[in-house]
Order: sequence, then structure tokens, then C-alpha cells
Amino acid sequence: MQHVRAHVLICAGTGCTASGAAKVEAALREELAKKGLDKEIMVVETGCHGFCEMGPLVIVYPEGTFYVRVQPEDVPELVESHLYKGRIVQRLLYKEPVTHESIPNYNELSFYKKQMRMVLANCGHINPEIIEEYIAVGGYEALGKALTTMTPEQVVDEMKKSGLRGRGGGGFPTGMKWDFTRKAAGDKKYVVCNADEGDPGAFMDRSVLEGDPHRVIEGMAVCGYAIGADEGYIYVRAEYPLAIKRLRIAIKQAEDLGLLGENIFGSGFNFRLKIKEGAGAFVCGEETALLASIEGKRGMPRPRPPFPAISGLWGKPTNINNVETFANVPQIITKGADWYAGIGTEKSKGTKVFALTGRINHTGLAEVPMGITMREIIFDIGGGIPGGKKFKAVQIGGPSGGCLPTELLDLPIDYDSLIQAGAMMGSGGLVVMDETTCMVDLAKFFLTFTQAESCGKCTPCREGTKRMLEILTRITEGEGKETDIALLESMAKNIKTSALCGLGQTAPNPVLSTLRYFRDEYEAHIKEKRCPAGACAKLAGYQITDACKGCGLCTKTCPVAAISGEIKSRHAIDQSVCIKCGACMTKCPFKAIIKG
Amino acid sequence: MKTVEDLKRMREQFQSQTKLRHAGGIQIIVGMGTCGIAAGAREVMSAILDEIAKRKLQDVTVRQTGCIGMCEKEVLVDVVRPDEPRITYGKVTPAAVSKIIGEHVVNGRIVEELVVGKISQ
Repeated sequence: MQHVRAHVLICAGTGCTASGAAKVEAALREELAKKGLDKEIMVVETGCHGFCEMGPLVIVYPEGTFYVRVQPEDVPELVESHLYKGRIVQRLLYKEPVTHESIPNYNELSFYKKQMRMVLANCGHINPEIIEEYIAVGGYEALGKALTTMTPEQVVDEMKKSGLRGRGGGGFPTGMKWDFTRKAAGDKKYVVCNADEGDPGAFMDRSVLEGDPHRVIEGMAVCGYAIGADEGYIYVRAEYPLAIKRLRIAIKQAEDLGLLGENIFGSGFNFRLKIKEGAGAFVCGEETALLASIEGKRGMPRPRPPFPAISGLWGKPTNINNVETFANVPQIITKGADWYAGIGTEKSKGTKVFALTGRINHTGLAEVPMGITMREIIFDIGGGIPGGKKFKAVQIGGPSGGCLPTELLDLPIDYDSLIQAGAMMGSGGLVVMDETTCMVDLAKFFLTFTQAESCGKCTPCREGTKRMLEILTRITEGEGKETDIALLESMAKNIKTSALCGLGQTAPNPVLSTLRYFRDEYEAHIKEKRCPAGACAKLAGYQITDACKGCGLCTKTCPVAAISGEIKSRHAIDQSVCIKCGACMTKCPFKAIIKG
Repeated sequence: MKTVEDLKRMREQFQSQTKLRHAGGIQIIVGMGTCGIAAGAREVMSAILDEIAKRKLQDVTVRQTGCIGMCEKEVLVDVVRPDEPRITYGKVTPAAVSKIIGEHVVNGRIVEELVVGKISQ
């Protein structure tokens, strides 16, 4: 066997694949073969590195050189210069946005420096389609340890002691959930993994499944042992074809090695996994709707209790956790609950993966310890707001969550502090907004989403969200009434307390939190018929400020003669004539014309 | 796989395949500047890779470096064992590779007659 002297890791996550990683890989393999280097240099497809904004990403070991936005045209130079001669290709390195410094090494990037990558430790470092690479970094040791040295009760106790809470949104203590299912009466039990990630802006579960599927499988098997289940389902949305493909490969490999199946590690424990592809309904992320969907029924929630731990899949006790929760399990078992409980805050332990999207420089995935501030996530890791714009708010927790304004940037993030601030952890999707985002429009966006995804079973959600959406729509169109804010608030309260499932109960949250922090924007829309952010098309207008010198250039530019005024004094725009073309703003030499 | 011991054996076996992605171990550094390549650095590099494969050595990384100014003495090959000084060998030929690896890399005995420099770190 030839000695391999270098590994070239190419990110094959969804983000990098979309930006052309497959072409880069093909070009690389061809170029290496041409130079006769293909035997001594190994090309490895990995999962997501989280730095999706800069893809396709290529990392060369042993040096650990981190190349960004690599194109097929760059490959000949990369091979000739770096892989043949050992000279780093400076122009392909990442440059810090502030210092413009080139950063050659992975670990020195500001994006990674403040992160604590535990769940994502293997993502981007191992080939997710080769089980041996997972085993080489300690994979399946937790399962081995649990099955051969611990009783199911001890496993549950360890989970309780670790303080791990559900990463899917609610934040329910995982160990307690396992305990309920373990103690529930019944000889047949199930483990279900909720991989129906549906929040707009959240993609951490997809990345874990694509980059490290065995970690989730191992976590589920440990859970099966702890609660006494011999069968599990992974409910994953059909919109994640790459995740499904890698899960299938991973399950097959684990079965072939005897890590899934009968009598695992000679312990007498049997465990099998099946994949159920969801058809893309948001409500199927709700656990009772998810179970109905697995059973082949229409994905609709049912009232709880009974909770799935007592009566779940086909009426049997069922433990449901989400992808990131299961991905935390192996390290808790191998390194111990005390180690895990040492990370994070008093009531929220461990790390959380956040998906950064919206108006932010480093779109991607960041895993940070609980208790970090939003400022650190957005400005230190996320690289701040592009285009010199000002930060306005960050939406956390998707359509069930809320937004945090600038004043709360230094709030330490954990489950409880977010609830207090009127938001929620949710799955950890962060949508960053700058000054050009209208908060009423944002609330409308999320309500449009929940309204479209409402299953229609209960009236508060089906009718209530529709009426709230109508009110928001008329506000953004300048037809808002003085009584609308009070009406929105009372409807929100009613829906929250009377809807059947989590989807409906949390649907008004984006409205409530924007009302809490940005009430003045609602008032500007209703009373002044004005959108302060200049985002609502029907209200978008142009205003002339005090900076106007009265040069008259705008009057000459305006195609509909909407601007008037004496030379050398402040001009004004007649809003009833203005067609909102923006020509005056472009022409004004004093930047005296603004949107809003 | 029947037991936890099987898993451990498998882990050890495959660890060497991904070890490259973590720091550590013995480093062999070949001078691949224009001068080095002209003097036959590529052939020396191939010989090093063959020798490592033949001896099934684990925990050895082969890296490259550019010209360090001693072009006259190319091909230059450095050997760095953990916690030991960095030894630079000059005028290395493919024929000398087996000796450097057998003596220095494996057994820690410096091949004095080929040494041109020593850097303590």
C-alpha cells in the first residue's frame, strides 16, 4: 500500500455542493492523476464545515490550510503549487473582513476561534460515507460502553445528570423524557428521531445528518438500550435528499459491522433503524403529528396527554428527540455527565448549534457554549453586518420564536433568558436583520408561513392566524386602523392559550415580540402611513431632509414633477404624485433624500 | 464485530488513516523549491513515500518546504522527531533515503555524514 502524504478535504455539504464542490473535486482528481500524485494524495469528501458563505471549501492536511471559494479553474495551480511544491496559494486563502489579513490555518479564523465544536466536531473532518473514519475518531465507543458496562438505569441517570435539554425547541430535559419512556408499561417501545427540520433559516440538523450520520445513529441506539426499545425511526424530510442518502449508507454500514441488528456487542441488545421520509409539512415537526405521519395517517397533531412516552407510535411508549439532541448523547456517555454539565450555564448545559442567515457576513453554522452573548455570535463569529449597514434585530427560533433588538445583544443566551425576552431557543435558526428590514413586514412573513402550514384541525390556529395575517397585510399596505394593535394583541393571547399544538400556540410570537420591541414601527405604519425602514412597497416613499440645499437638481430629475420648492431652500415631495422611482435620491448631491 | 475489543482493534487500525489531520508524530520535510526540484527533490520524495509504505510506518508526515537558501546542497531533507532538534540532510539522493529512514526516523540515530545543519527548538 502506498503511503498517503496529504489529505485534501472537500466539503460535500449541501451549501458547498450548491456552489460547485463536485466540479472542483472532479477537476482535482483529474489533475492529481495527470501529475501522478493520485496515489500519495487522498481526496476526502466531508460534511459541512459551517462556513457555507465561503464555499466550496478545500482543506489540505497535514498543513491544515484552509482554502475558500475554490473554483475548478483554481485546481491546476492548487495542485502544482501546494500539493507538488508545498507552497500555499495565497490568493485562495480566507481574508478577515476587518483586517484584510490572509488566514492560512483553519483554527485561526475568527469564525472558528470562539466556537466550541462538539456536536459538529466530526463535520468537515471525516468522510460521512465511511464508517471506519467515524470509528477512528472514537465512534461507537459510547454504545460499547453503555451496553457492556452500564445498566439502562445508569444510562438514564447519566443523561439526567448531564442536564442535556431537548435541542428541537422546547428544551425539555432529555434524561427525564427517557425515564418516562423507560418506566412506561409495555413490552414494545420505540425510539424516534425528529429530523423534520422546518424552521426558515435553520439547517443544523441537516448538516449533522449529512456530515456525521453515525453520531445520530449511535445516540439513538444508546437511547434504545436505556428505554428498552429495539426499533427506531428517523423521520427526515424528503427535501433533504443528501441527508437521506448518507443515513441509508450509514445504517447499512452499521448493520454490516453488527453495530445495529441482533445481539450488539454480545450484550443481548437488539436494535434496528428505519427511515421515514416526510412529505414536507411543517406541522409534522410536532411530535404527535410526526407519529401520525409515520403510521401512514395524515400529519395532524392530537391533544396531549397521553404523551408519546406513554402512548406513542402505534400506541406504544415512544421516546422522541431531535437530531442535535441525539448527536449529544455519545459524548455524554464517553466523557461523562460531569464533564458535560461543566459546559454552559446553570440551567442550560452544553453547546448549541446556531444557523446564521440573513444580513450577516458569515452565513453558516456556529456551535457555541450556552451562555454566550448574541453580540459574540453575530459580530465575532458571524463577522457582522455586510455593506456597512446597522444591526437592527435578530429573529431566533423561527416562526415560533421572537426577535431580539440591539439592546439585548449582550444577553447571555440560554433557554430561560430567551423565553424571558419574549423569544425562544427553537431549533437555533438566527435570521439577522439590518436597518432596511421592516419589522411589521417581518412579522407578516412569519405569519404567512405559519398560516400556510397550519394543518387546519383547530379553529384558533386555522382562523386566528388568517385574521392576524389580514390585519398585518393591511397595516403594511397603509390601510391599518388605530384599533389594530390592540386587536392583534388580544387575538395573539387567545391563539396562544387555545390552539391545539405547539405550532398554533407559538404562531403569534413573532407579532408579539415585534410589538414589544418595535411598537413605534407599527404606529408609524398606521398613523403616519409610513414605513420607517422603507421596505413596505406600498408605503415606500422618499423624504427630503434638512440636508437639502435647494439646488433644484431633483426637480429637474423627477419624471412626474412631484418635487417643488424655492431655489436655496428646502424642497418637498408631493407624495400623491410621486411614483417612487427613486431617481431624485440617486441624483441628490447632498444625500438629502432618504427612503422612508 | 462481536465485542468491544473488536471495536478497539478496528479503531487502532483506522486511526492511522486519519491521523494526518491531527498534529503530532515525526515529520520529514523535503525542500521543493525550484533548486530542490531541479536537483531531483521529486524523486527523493517518491523514494521517501515508498520507503514509508514498505516499512509500514505510522505516525510519519511528509511535508514540503520552499528554498531555504542552501541551494548548493539540494536536495535538502529535514527530519524532526518530537522533542528533538530538527536535522537537515543535504545532497540527498533516492539511494540515501532508505538509510535516513532506517537509521534516523525509525531508530533515532542521526546519519552524521549527510547532516548539514541542526536547529534546536
